[in-house]
Amino acid sequence: MYETSYHRASSVDDAQSKMKAAEDGKFLGGGMTLIPTMKQRLAAPTDIIDLAHVGDMKGIKADGSGITIGGGVTHSEVADSADVKAAIPALSYLAGLIGDPHVRNRGTIGGSVANNDPAADYPSACLGLGATIITNQRQIAADDFFVGLFETALNEDEIITAIHFPKPAKAGYAKFPNPASRYAMAGVFVAETGGDVRVAVTGAGNDGVYRESALEAALGGSLSVGAIDGISLDASNMMADMHGSSEYRANLVKVMAKRAIEAA
Amino acid sequence: MSEGIGARVLRKEDKRFISGKGKYTDDVIEINQAYAAFVRSPHAHAKINGINKQAALDAGAVAVLDGKELTGDGIGNIICGWMIHSKDGSPMNMGAWSALATEYVRYVGDAVAIVIADSQAAARDAAEMVEVDYNVLPAVIKADKALEDGSPQLHPEAKNNLIFDWEIGDAAATDAAFADAAHIVEMDITNNRLSPNPMEPRSAVATYDASEEHYTLYTTSQNPHVARLVLSAFYQVAPEHKLRVIAPDVGGGFGSKIYIYPEEIACLWASMKTNRSVKWTSDRTEAFLTDAHGRDHITNAKMAFDANHKLVGVKVDTIANLGAYMSLFSSATPTYLYATLLSGQYNVPNIHGNVRAVYTNTVPVDAYRGAGRPEATYLLERMMETSARELGVDPIELRRKNFVQEFPHQTPVIMCYDAGNFEAHLDGALEAIDYKGFEARRAESASRGKLRGIGTSCYIEACGIAPSAAVGSLGAGVGLWESGEIRVNPVGTVEILTGSHSHGQGHETTFAQLVSERFGLPTDNVQVIHGDTDKVQFGMGTYGSRSGAVGMSALVKALDKVEDKAKKIAAHLLEASDSDIVIEGGEVKVAGTDKKLGWHEVCLAAYTGHNLPEGMSPGLKEDAFYDPTNFTFPSGTYICEVEVDPETGKTDVLAFVAADDFGTIINPMIVEGQVHGGLAQGIGQALLEEVVYDDDGQLLTASYMDYCMPRADDVPNYQVSHYKTECPGNPLGMKGCGEAGAIGSPPAVINAITNAIGNNNLSMPASPQKVWAAIQASGSKQAAE
Repeated sequence: MYETSYHRASSVDDAQSKMKAAEDGKFLGGGMTLIPTMKQRLAAPTDIIDLAHVGDMKGIKADGSGITIGGGVTHSEVADSADVKAAIPALSYLAGLIGDPHVRNRGTIGGSVANNDPAADYPSACLGLGATIITNQRQIAADDFFVGLFETALNEDEIITAIHFPKPAKAGYAKFPNPASRYAMAGVFVAETGGDVRVAVTGAGNDGVYRESALEAALGGSLSVGAIDGISLDASNMMADMHGSSEYRANLVKVMAKRAIEAA
Repeated sequence: MSEGIGARVLRKEDKRFISGKGKYTDDVIEINQAYAAFVRSPHAHAKINGINKQAALDAGAVAVLDGKELTGDGIGNIICGWMIHSKDGSPMNMGAWSALATEYVRYVGDAVAIVIADSQAAARDAAEMVEVDYNVLPAVIKADKALEDGSPQLHPEAKNNLIFDWEIGDAAATDAAFADAAHIVEMDITNNRLSPNPMEPRSAVATYDASEEHYTLYTTSQNPHVARLVLSAFYQVAPEHKLRVIAPDVGGGFGSKIYIYPEEIACLWASMKTNRSVKWTSDRTEAFLTDAHGRDHITNAKMAFDANHKLVGVKVDTIANLGAYMSLFSSATPTYLYATLLSGQYNVPNIHGNVRAVYTNTVPVDAYRGAGRPEATYLLERMMETSARELGVDPIELRRKNFVQEFPHQTPVIMCYDAGNFEAHLDGALEAIDYKGFEARRAESASRGKLRGIGTSCYIEACGIAPSAAVGSLGAGVGLWESGEIRVNPVGTVEILTGSHSHGQGHETTFAQLVSERFGLPTDNVQVIHGDTDKVQFGMGTYGSRSGAVGMSALVKALDKVEDKAKKIAAHLLEASDSDIVIEGGEVKVAGTDKKLGWHEVCLAAYTGHNLPEGMSPGLKEDAFYDPTNFTFPSGTYICEVEVDPETGKTDVLAFVAADDFGTIINPMIVEGQVHGGLAQGIGQALLEEVVYDDDGQLLTASYMDYCMPRADDVPNYQVSHYKTECPGNPLGMKGCGEAGAIGSPPAVINAITNAIGNNNLSMPASPQKVWAAIQASGSKQAAE
């Protein structure tokens, strides 16, 4: 790790002003990606602004329209939340699949979504459920938020304070983990919300999380396994690496989509 | 409760390990300690044009030292300690390996300079500031490519990168047997390259005392005396009496800590140059880049049967990748530790093995848990299973028909099996897995859309290495005996000094059990001392499953002498004959009488010297060297049952039975732990682990994000059982258990998967992608048929 300065933010405003004062600052959520990256000397921010103690970013709120989860809420809090289990059980299930217990106890939903790792789980839930990303500056629809690999619509000093997930009629998630990293090689989040079906895929696309239009078109307005049985997905837009070819990932997306539908 | 041989004594060392009180090399802090970081090559192959150290020195580095300075100070090249001759009689073509590169770098991670600074962070920062001007050269990564004309050349000594072209067995007789065979199976088999991944990364703390011209090295070694010998005799760091090597608690080795690496040499030398203690500890990516890798064979293998399905011949042609330099045992691993096991558990009248060892632009490859024997077992057991399928017979019965039944059994490839009962563990394993019930279980899996498979592996291995004269005649540079010393204190407690080294094996417990067995003392009264060249006179260390069969045998010889002297003293004090004295339960008694002394009373008498037999010297301390008369031959049957998800290719290992013959077992709990760990590594090799370099020699699997280590949920609850035949070659009848799990298990796993998917064409690691692709291939084959 290179030398860096650590700052603990007391509020969202405090975090933002600390970021403005920093030469090359980075917000720190749970640190589950940033700290290992810094330890490998692949990132060298001059300043770290720790959001873990910002009270405004805590808590999970349920209302008739859905669930709002604070940006500083950990994966294990989402996995264990009775409100999330009642409203969107697929989201609770997804959170319980992230990393291992250590990661889930430290990592936060805001940190994960802001990082937009192309194989992270949460981006598929945001896109699949049509979530709204709430920042200290504005509200961004998930459709507009995820720009590319590790790229989002966030500005440098913008902080995800909360994410609102509308309550779906049905939703399901299925993940095939990379055997080594246990990130998704194909994670598929399916949701039916108000007659609208979304199929969001993480881990497999070569440009990060995306909606699989071939599957959405086949499904039409409702979730049924039979509707996608005959579909064969185009491998040309899939990621390929030593763990899986694009053809293999195309197969996994379809298989995981079926399993997500069965789980919904 | 007895704590002697066969007792499940809890590990004495675990109190400090599980409470975080172990003392590892990185825990050592010396006065005036500085830290080292290495400047490493980012290229797989390059010529060094120049090194600019100024920026690093300006930033406060204590020193930046390079290879030309190292060789200028007379530090010698790193050697391979086992001479192999090619079949034309020529000695192996060994290229020079300097601890710090002088003219060329030959793999990504090759050390170019050592940077010393006041903190670890400062050393790393400074190392990044060292500017090395490279002229990048083409690289070659795969062993078969390296042999081709026109491939990049690594060392002038090795034309076409060929280190040796070696053979074993009778080529003409084997060819003749194949010509007459009724059935031949031929397979092209790759044994995947692995990284050993001990939990503790390598580390060294070197201290030079200028006033005494004396060096002390703390290091993560499996064999500190061998390290001292090599550092002195070959690398000219310091004479042996001016060099103390200490291997304190060591967190796993699996072979990778046998060797003397560039970093230890450089730290010792840098300590002298800077007059500072120098500490270096590898990080995990550095470990992936620089720890010796294992396996990496490409083999064409054939097996021939007569019309009655009796084996008539085995023929293998192997290319072994040894990486960029020859590591300490690298030449022995793919030759005498590999091809001498090509007879397996079977009567094979004709065997021929040919091995070409090759340089490539990758980190050196050397012994890793099993070392050669897993590669041999994998070939034989894949071919056995495949042959049975092609012949349409039960793979179990094909093996049974070809088992060696009588001992001793001389194979055509040097080894003489001394004892075994292969049918006993085969039958035990079949019963444990419920082999007869498999078809019903397969049907149940099929009803859920899953493919179930069962696979077997019958392994034999040679360990307890090794008879010194025999290995000397085969090219070994050292003897492979072991030494031990028993020091009885005046109050009757006992110190064991051993040349074996415990880095997870539990010697502090099992070695103490030997004393407990002999004198009836509690193991708490016994201390095991090892790993320090100033305390233990000499030792060859721990590898090749040798600490029981060889290390303990030395202690048995020393215990014999202690017992003999203690009995003489007691006989004198009790006015009885030596031959009537028995020692048991901590007491020294005259058999058949009520005359007795406490063990401590006899020990005290030995040290007061007030009343000893005429002419006897005081004290109660004996040492012994033990040189084995043969290798030992653990064997076993492993059966694996898997379920494959045909939609994703994911394999779940549902059951794994290990039925082993390890001879005498000192502590069944520790042996089971050894088997569990070995199986995890074998299942890891079969399903998960592989070192991958890209075509330019960049290491793609440089962290656990990409190198897939087995986790708890990747392995099943093992069923482990033991079927003992005593080894006649050593006093306790021990065979060794440290490597068997890793040796025997990979073919059982792959045979189970190929059985499940109906396609024999599958390589390790059988990743979900590969299994899925094999299912697709066999599906389209079936469709075409």
